Amino acid sequence: MSEFLNMGGYAVYVWSSYGLAALILWLNWYLPRRQHQQLLQQNKRRRHGTGE
Amino acid sequence: MFLWFHKFGSPPHFYRIAGKWLPWLGVTFGLLLIAGLYGGLIYAPADYQQGESFRIIYIHVPAAWMSLFVYMVMAFCGVVIIVWRMKLAEVVLISSAPIGASFTFLALATGSLWGKPMWGAWWVWDARLTSELILLFLYLGVIGLHSAIDDKRIASRAVAILAIVGVVNIPIIHYSVEWWNTLHQGPTVTKFDKPSIDMRMLIPLLIMALAFKIYYVMALFQSCRAELLRRERNSKWVEELSGSN
Repeated sequence: MSEFLNMGGYAVYVWSSYGLAALILWLNWYLPRRQHQQLLQQNKRRRHGTGE
Repeated sequence: MFLWFHKFGSPPHFYRIAGKWLPWLGVTFGLLLIAGLYGGLIYAPADYQQGESFRIIYIHVPAAWMSLFVYMVMAFCGVVIIVWRMKLAEVVLISSAPIGASFTFLALATGSLWGKPMWGAWWVWDARLTSELILLFLYLGVIGLHSAIDDKRIASRAVAILAIVGVVNIPIIHYSVEWWNTLHQGPTVTKFDKPSIDMRMLIPLLIMALAFKIYYVMALFQSCRAELLRRERNSKWVEELSGSN
């Protein structure tokens, strides 16, 4: 296991590549998703605030 | 066919379809990612020259491929915007830009992390690296231009033109390793004869590339849904949407 994590001495380079990829992919999925939910809530509030 | 195109292009229809597809895209992406990571990190043997450091390829190459692919999608949308003024194309174009910029940045950053131990430098002003950096600036230009113009329909036409003009950079990136003497290695996968890479290394790479492609569609749908709501917030279908839940 520690041999696997060590990546033949290239651990820093290999794991920071994978870590960076994970972070960037997560952000591109999470941020639009959060924005979408916020917009839905805003619309709901607007509708219930000014309607009737 | 035209009817289908027209229907698929209507904002409420696309909004609904994209919402339905999202969970399935997520599952497909997850499975491909697990297979790709297992293949790339465990199953594939170490490279005889580069040792374990070559495993960066499973992030670097799919990200670089996607950086080109997403740009081509944007340019295609640009043509559709100019010719047919299709709203959905506008949304797809601008929603693609941050994702494409992310892939480009990822390709550059992982290239740097790979270059340091192999070439001894984080960065060199090499044709492949420089043209990929220009691609990043093109993406950032699209994002900046779009946010600088308040009227989003005008903004869309402006970024459409920028996206189309920028296409000239795509073949330059692709052929840069053949046209100029560069430090970057030549193509190993997309050669017409047999690819010069071990099958046990190649298969995980193709799986990862597919995973990234599915991921793009997933992130794009997510982002398009938000953008559609923002643009169409005063339209009837959005009001009905917020009334129903």
